[in-house]
Order: sequence, then structure tokens, then C-alpha cells
Amino acid sequence: MAEPRIVYNEGYLDEQTKRVVRRALLKGVAVPGFQVPFASREVPMPRGWGTGGVQVTAAVIGPEDTLKVIDQGADDTTNAVSIRQFFEKVVNVHTTTHTEAATIIQTRHRIPETPLAEGQIMVYQVPIPEPLRFLEPRETETRRLHALEEYGLMYVKLYEDIARYGHFVTTYDYPVMVNGRYVTAPSPIPSFDNPKMHQSPALQLFGAGREKRIYAIPPYTDVESLGFEDYPFEPQRFEQPCQICGAEDVYLDEVVMDDAGAVMYVCSDTDYCQKTAEAAAAAGQEIPV
Amino acid sequence: MYVAVKGGEKAIANAHALLAQRGSGKDARIGWRQVRDQMGVLISRVMAEGSLYDPDLAAKALLQAQGDVLEAVTLLRSYRTTLPRFGTTTPLDTSALPAERRISATFKDLPGGQQLGATFDYTHRLLADDLPTPQPPAAEATEEEVAMPRITDLLGVDALIEPDRPEGWSDPEPADLTREPTVYPMSRAERLQALARGDEGFLLSLGYSTQRGFGRTHPFAGEVRVGEVEVSFEAPELGFEVPIGRMEVTDCQMINQFVGSAEQPPQFTRGYGLVFGRGERKAMSMSLVDRALRAEEFGERQVSPAQDEEFVLSHADNVQATGFVEHLKLPHYVDFQGELVLLRQLRREFEERRELEERQESEQRRQAEQQDKKETAHG
Repeated sequence: MAEPRIVYNEGYLDEQTKRVVRRALLKGVAVPGFQVPFASREVPMPRGWGTGGVQVTAAVIGPEDTLKVIDQGADDTTNAVSIRQFFEKVVNVHTTTHTEAATIIQTRHRIPETPLAEGQIMVYQVPIPEPLRFLEPRETETRRLHALEEYGLMYVKLYEDIARYGHFVTTYDYPVMVNGRYVTAPSPIPSFDNPKMHQSPALQLFGAGREKRIYAIPPYTDVESLGFEDYPFEPQRFEQPCQICGAEDVYLDEVVMDDAGAVMYVCSDTDYCQKTAEAAAAAGQEIPV
Repeated sequence: MYVAVKGGEKAIANAHALLAQRGSGKDARIGWRQVRDQMGVLISRVMAEGSLYDPDLAAKALLQAQGDVLEAVTLLRSYRTTLPRFGTTTPLDTSALPAERRISATFKDLPGGQQLGATFDYTHRLLADDLPTPQPPAAEATEEEVAMPRITDLLGVDALIEPDRPEGWSDPEPADLTREPTVYPMSRAERLQALARGDEGFLLSLGYSTQRGFGRTHPFAGEVRVGEVEVSFEAPELGFEVPIGRMEVTDCQMINQFVGSAEQPPQFTRGYGLVFGRGERKAMSMSLVDRALRAEEFGERQVSPAQDEEFVLSHADNVQATGFVEHLKLPHYVDFQGELVLLRQLRREFEERRELEERQESEQRRQAEQQDKKETAHG
């Protein structure tokens, strides 16, 4: 039989490209929060669907790794399933839904509720890596602003929020100051998750495929959500517990139950929800609904 | 009891099966050779925007994508990017290309002549039930091959048009957009790469906008050529050029006005377009946009979208554009939840403020009424 014409490398990306991505990652780790331009490649999913995260994961993953992929906090959302299946296919990697068991967690829009540990890598999918983009559409301009550490625009925006509404009105992708130097986009995670980035023992890597940028936050780095002395940053919180597992102080999905306005609040992190529910069942506790 | 939405894995498998069914139909499958040979213009577009000259793979991609051009382009690009790179070919010599088609709108006749070739121009666009089997025209007694110098070389003799290369040009390595990060401002070579990969429709509209006055450049189609050109590669271990194949390209030299400046006499300027296969519309649009993007070079006022490098180049890539637009289909529960909570809070605060104001108003009214009563009583 003739050799097939189309063959793909282990991990999809060719080795040269993996090295290109790794170099960008190293630079990112060396300058926390700085957006490193890299020649983002096409990957077999559409732009805006996690192509940056996929390239970062493909560049750092090996056969001994255990991969967890979440979207909106859940392992079973279709895009998370699709990306997990992609890596199962091209790297033959072990996958898991358990946060503790994973060595690499690729995520879209959430940080797991279970605290991360040393040795773990978080890979964030980033749509717009530039935190100043909606204030200044030009890349040439925003790069200059970062170089000069000129973040007045951002503080004026936050000030205007307070003047108009009495508090900050950014609920996700809430800008952070990394290592006291670069204002950085945490990707569209809810502001609820922002505090988890501060002094995290895990390595946090960010890939923006369409926008061709990589950035990183090394373990145990200061990550401060922007605010003012008299109006400090406050993450959004929920007053009610999860109605499946009873967990409190977690991010919740609002599930519409009928057309009469009945809703139910459940954990956005499905792995955490399952774990908490099992622990509660083992302890013989009733879940307050 | 509510159970969290599950079943992503099964849903995906089912969706894939349904998609495959959609793409098969009842008749015999179309062979990729049929697509390659009978839909040449479409193949050209997929190759151009997919940045890979391979009609066979483009045909396979189109079939796999069920005719979705952008999907086929994406397939081709994500395959292309995994291929190792051996090096770069030597520049194509488009003046040596024996044109199957060559027209100029600037001169009635010119060395090498006008040659209409295979074109939809001057056909009557009448929808036909059946396509007749074509009878190729009888070959005319060919005179000996005439040279076809490029129109820009003809004008260049009198310095009526800017030269191929600016003065002091040192043949720098053209950058490679697919392997190096984008940094603005780009060199013209990089811009042309981005435009050559850019979406035909987007460039068409931008080019059109320059004709309508948004960054006007007074263009003339100096020359449009379609033909096969030889591709040569200089392998370092050999030290000389070896032809590695031929490819069909469309090349457009646009001639544009320039009034000159204090330092420079008036001279025609140019915009350039080059695409894989038969893609005149794209090559012409590309040359219009290329010229518009050179506004700064000629000290022209930059006020229109087509002159704005960052705007044009960061939005011309249709793989990026379609991906990001369509990503809105992905779940955004988490962010939407954040907005929902905030909106409810803002509305609650608004109501509270209004109630407070109403209370204060009625209190004031009450006090005023009392005051009135007092005054009437006293009076």
C-alpha cells in the first residue's frame, strides 16, 4: 500500500513550531503579564474557539501528562469535549475530569473551584489578550502604552464606572496588574475567579491564537485586580448555595426551569459539584434545596 | 430534580454523523478530480486563501467541507501549517510567463498584443439548463512566440512610472507572515502576503470603496495576466536553481496617479496583485488595496478605511474572521451570568434610588402643604 499523503506529527504541530511556541512561553514567564507576539499557526479548529490554548497545550504536553479541559467550568460542554478528543487523538494523552489529577488544565472562561497545586499548568484560551483594546483599538498605540506603563485610560474607565453606577461594572475579563508592572487581561473568567490568580502555586499560561499573543504568570506571582484605595476591587459573589451539592461561595450557573420564572442555581464547576455532592452523601448529609 | 446538562460527547458524535449524511445525498459521490477540473475558479480561491498551491488537496477540502469555501480554506491551512519548510523559491518571473490571457486597459495595442483567453468577460449571463460540451477553437497558425514585456517596464523607460524597486533597494529577505509574528507597521512585502491570503470579498469591497472616493487612487488596469509560470528552487547543497514545477497565477499591475511633490516629479505609481490560479477579481482588488495602503509613502492624506494598514490587515483574514464571529455560538454562560447579576443589581439600585426620590418628593410636598395650611390659618 502506498504511504498516505497526509500525515500529522505527534501532538499535531511539527517540532519546529512547538519550539517557537515554547520560546514565546519562556519569554512570557520571564516577563510576567507581557504579551509576547508569536507566529500563531492554524490548528484544526476555528479561530476564536481556543486555537491559542490548543497551541500552548500542544507545545507543553507530553505522554506522561494528564489533561483536563473545561469550558464554562464544565468538562462536558461540547467545545471542551472536542478539544479533549483532539488531544486524545493526536497525543494519545491521558485525560481526566478531576482537577487534582490533572497536570495540565486547558480552560475557557473559568478557574476550577478546587485550589490548584504546584506542578499544575493552567492554559487559558484568550479571545482578546489586550486589556486596553476596547479603550484603544490600535495595537501600535496599546503597545506603546504598555511600554510606558501608561495605564491612565484604564483608571479613567474604572473611575467613570464609579461615577456613573457607583461601582465597577466589569463582571468578567476584569483587568489585573501582574507583578506590579503589566496590566493584563485574565481572559473572560468571571471577576469571582480573579483572586485565585494571585500567588497561585500553578503556572498560568495564556494563548491567544487569532491575535497571535502568548503571555504567562509564573507560580507565586502577585496578581492584583485593579481598583482604588477608597473603591477596592470586589469580586462578584452569589448569596445562595448550589442546589445540587450545597456548596457555598462558588460560581453558579442559573438554570431556567420553566417559563414561569422558576430558576435553579447550580455549580458552574461540574467536577467540584460532583465531588462535594459525593462527600455530602458519604457523610449522610441532606442537601438543603 | 434537575441534572446538570450532560451528554456533550454523545451530542458531538451524533452531530458528526448527521453532517456526514448531509454531505452524501442519494446520487453518486462527486469525485475530487471532477471538482478540481470543473470548478477551477473555486479551486483557485481555496488555494489562494488557503495559501497552498495544490489543486488536488483544494478539491478534496471542498468536498469535505460540503462546498463551504471558508471551511475548505481552514482545512487547507491547518494542513499546510504542519508541513516542514525546506526553503523559499526564487522570485517568479511573471514577465516570462506565457500568458493564456493578457489584457491592458491602458493601450490599444502593445508589444505582445492583447489576448482575451478564457474569461467570463463578454459572455451573456443567461442561465442555461444544460452546459454544452465545449469545442475548443481551432488553433490559429501561430507566428513565432512574441515577447510580452510588462506594461510597467514599457512605461518605466521614460520614468513615467515609479520603478520596480525604490532607489537603494537591497533585496531584503521578505518576511513570512505565517512563521513570524505580525508587527505593525509592516513592510510592503508582508502587506502583499497578507493581502494575497486575504478574503476576496473583503478586498473587493475595500478596493471598490477606493474607486468611490474613500482613498481614491485613480487606477487604470495596466495589465492583467493569467498563465502558468515556472517555479524554481535553489537548494543550498546544489548551489544552482532547479525547476520544481509550474503553477497558474493571475497577476495584476494597476497604474495609479501621483501628482508629485517638491522633491519628486509627477509620476504614475502602482498597486500590485498576485494570486494563485484564476482569480482576476481578487488580483485587481488586491492591487487597489495595495496602492491605497501606500498612502503614507506618498504623503497622501490618510482618512479612509482602505488606507489604514492595521484596519485592513487585521480584518482581511477570513479564517480568523469567521472563527471569531462564529465563536459566539460557543457557550458564554459564565460571562452572561456575571452580566445578569450585575444588571439585576443595577436595576435594584435604580429602583431604590427612585423610591428614595419619590419619598423625598412626597415629604417635601407634605411639608409645603403644611406650610401653606399654617400660612392660611395665620392669614
